Amino acid sequence: MAEAAVKLVNITKSFGQVRANYNVSLEINKGEILALLGENGSGKTTLMNMLSGIYYPDEGQIFINGKEVSISSPKIAYELGIGMVHQHFKLVDVLTATENIILGLEGKLNKKEAAAKIKEICDKYGFEINPDQKIYDMSVSQKQTVEIVKVLYRGANILILDEPTAVLTPQESEKLFNVMRNMKADGKALVIITHKMHEVESISDRVAILRKGEYVGSMMTKDTNASEMTDMMVGRSVSLNIERPKPVDPKPRIKVECLTVKNIEGIDKLKDVSFTARSGEILGIAGISGSGQKELLEAIAGLQPAESGSIKYINENGEEEELLGKDPRKIEELGVALSFVPEDRLGMGLVGNMDLSDNMMLRSFRKGKSPFTERKSPHSLAEKVVDDLEVVTPSIETPVRRLSGGNVQKILVGREIAHAPTVLLTAYAVRGLDINSSYTIYDLINQQKKKGVAVIFVGEDLDVLLEISDKILVLCGGRVSGIVNAEETDKNTVGLMMTKVMTDNENKEENPKTGDSDE
Amino acid sequence: MFDIVAFIPRAIGQSVPLLFGCSGEILTEKSGNLNLGIPGVMYVGGISGVIGAFFYEQHCAGGNMNGFLAIMIPLLCSLLGSLIMGLIYCLLTVTLRANQNVTGLAMTTFGVGIGNFFGGSLIKLSGADVPSIALSRTSAFYSRALPFASKMGWFGKVFLSYGFLCYAAFIIAIVSAIILFKTRKGLHLRAVGENPSTADAAGINVSRYKYFATCIGCMIAGLGGLYYVMDYASGVWSNDAFGDRGWLAIALVIFSIWNPLIGIFASILFGGLYIVYLYIPTGMDYMEFKELYKMIPYVVTLLVLVLTSMRNKKENQPPASLGLSFFREER
Repeated sequence: MAEAAVKLVNITKSFGQVRANYNVSLEINKGEILALLGENGSGKTTLMNMLSGIYYPDEGQIFINGKEVSISSPKIAYELGIGMVHQHFKLVDVLTATENIILGLEGKLNKKEAAAKIKEICDKYGFEINPDQKIYDMSVSQKQTVEIVKVLYRGANILILDEPTAVLTPQESEKLFNVMRNMKADGKALVIITHKMHEVESISDRVAILRKGEYVGSMMTKDTNASEMTDMMVGRSVSLNIERPKPVDPKPRIKVECLTVKNIEGIDKLKDVSFTARSGEILGIAGISGSGQKELLEAIAGLQPAESGSIKYINENGEEEELLGKDPRKIEELGVALSFVPEDRLGMGLVGNMDLSDNMMLRSFRKGKSPFTERKSPHSLAEKVVDDLEVVTPSIETPVRRLSGGNVQKILVGREIAHAPTVLLTAYAVRGLDINSSYTIYDLINQQKKKGVAVIFVGEDLDVLLEISDKILVLCGGRVSGIVNAEETDKNTVGLMMTKVMTDNENKEENPKTGDSDE
Repeated sequence: MFDIVAFIPRAIGQSVPLLFGCSGEILTEKSGNLNLGIPGVMYVGGISGVIGAFFYEQHCAGGNMNGFLAIMIPLLCSLLGSLIMGLIYCLLTVTLRANQNVTGLAMTTFGVGIGNFFGGSLIKLSGADVPSIALSRTSAFYSRALPFASKMGWFGKVFLSYGFLCYAAFIIAIVSAIILFKTRKGLHLRAVGENPSTADAAGINVSRYKYFATCIGCMIAGLGGLYYVMDYASGVWSNDAFGDRGWLAIALVIFSIWNPLIGIFASILFGGLYIVYLYIPTGMDYMEFKELYKMIPYVVTLLVLVLTSMRNKKENQPPASLGLSFFREER
């Protein structure tokens, strides 16, 4: 067998007290796609960042093509042919695709020549980009393409893709996988980090698993299966089924009619949206990110003024109450809970610098009568959430921002459901979470459903949406392109609905508007 | 009667310190460093030049001054003074990652203090009756215009009647624009200011770019102080005379949307506004209006800030990571 493209030997890296990687040894071969798996905080990204020169290992050796190297900066990584596509794109918004791709290279600045070379790379692997387009005009998948071309332009033979599909539609992911297969056929070594098991199974040749910063083992993908891999990641056996209990006696709880919401520039973010959410049911909401999911949930929670339409809350006794125009506090008192997880997780809902019990108090501080805060009950609630949801935290007094993303999300969801809501709004509740934490969250949501809560679940992973939801509402460019029964539909249908309305209506804000404006 | 031929040279004279400050601060801000210490840097640039000139004039007291040395000594002193200011700022904000706003404001207070301290000392040393130092011999070298300027009528007056630092200001602005927008170094610098972690991942040495851009920017800005004393004020240094030009220069950076070429026009416009009150006939009965006219540059600055904050084109926004420090291993 040929020499490994990359060989890591006993790599250890710590950040202060936290040991991100311990004694990791790993090989990456040419002409192979390796899937790197592990829970959140298991050190996958840290390990790969050491290959790309962002971090420098405390201990251990790295061999590239059999030769020991010291990768002390990203520049050296490029010289060694290592390129990484980061989870958060490393692109400069105001520059064009070409300028981003040649960024950091030496020599005379010749954009024409560079554009020609970019085109050559695109043709070879089947990419499509416009070299003169500005990054801020691009969709997420176009940005990702620029990132990959940037890496190839530098002649990388070892490519690392950190959660590349987290932000793509199924169709876009499939396109990416085809490109990856082309690169593999070209003899390049590829590493993909992902949490989606079906992707691991369809694209990778071999999987390597990390757990709590340590290397657990690797195996050929064809010899294993999702549940075995998950068990290795978690260290114990985990059930991988999302249950979908039959809704018990569903009654309309939230009735949205012809809701239209405009953003600050006067562009429609939601147009004529109508649907009904029922108690004891999970209504999934699918759509490309930015199709109006955020506005919809915020409108229900009273955070977003609407242009027209109505949102009615229907209580146990069938009495209707209009939510539009009410202030968020009133809506909250009716029992509508918003556990919105925005892209930066901490942005809404939790205060990063406050500890767990203070964050619990954000929901309850108005209840006290005394001028002094009452800290006992939030503290015990925090303890309860930590116990119930297996939150990993040094203590209740730890500032939330120090916790890993999964734990932050558990705290947020835990707090919201602790207040016994009648309507639970969640958005991207499992974004960036590993498979084990994700299933904990799914369980929580299902428990709420069984209690008769009307759940509105905005998600990005279609497989999950299809499994957990009773009905799926598909948004496209702010319009409802359909409401389907989750049991009777499939991924492709929903995927197409996510992009369908866009082509035949005038509301094309999602599409990059330029392409001709910078010429 | 509005005398345009007399007005333009004065307006340009006023604009040069602003242009130096503006070009220097644009380079600095493009690296993501918001150097609010520019007024202090310009002040130090001025006083350092004055110190050099003062001792060289003392050295040559009575004898002839060598023209080359009379220019080079204050020039190098000025560059050195502002370079040191730039290095202090970078050490604090880039290496030690201190807050840029606080550091910048402290640098301004510090720079003005240094200037007034040494200015006061030199005034004592010279034993003058008035609270100022006159370096008219050095100034003569600095403000020397092209020899044939006076023979060319209004053309000579408007275009050729300035000392060499004035032309240097315009050339530096143009060269800065070319470097920023046409070269690879400029591309890298802009990337550093926009998104340092991206630049870092692309193999660009972020700290080095920040240091170089900030220090060179400070040296350019410092020349503004030197020009003000040696040319505009005819070699007369008195404490606090430089005024608020440093702050105006920072405001001009926003006005010129981080483009030194626009900075040229913006600084001439502001130079003109600065002195326009002298040229508006008010008559003896309405002297109080003069004071109102003096407010024009500040009112325009406020208006400009309001207007520019309404622009929403991405390219015209400040560098995205302006004012933030960068640490590669941040988690």
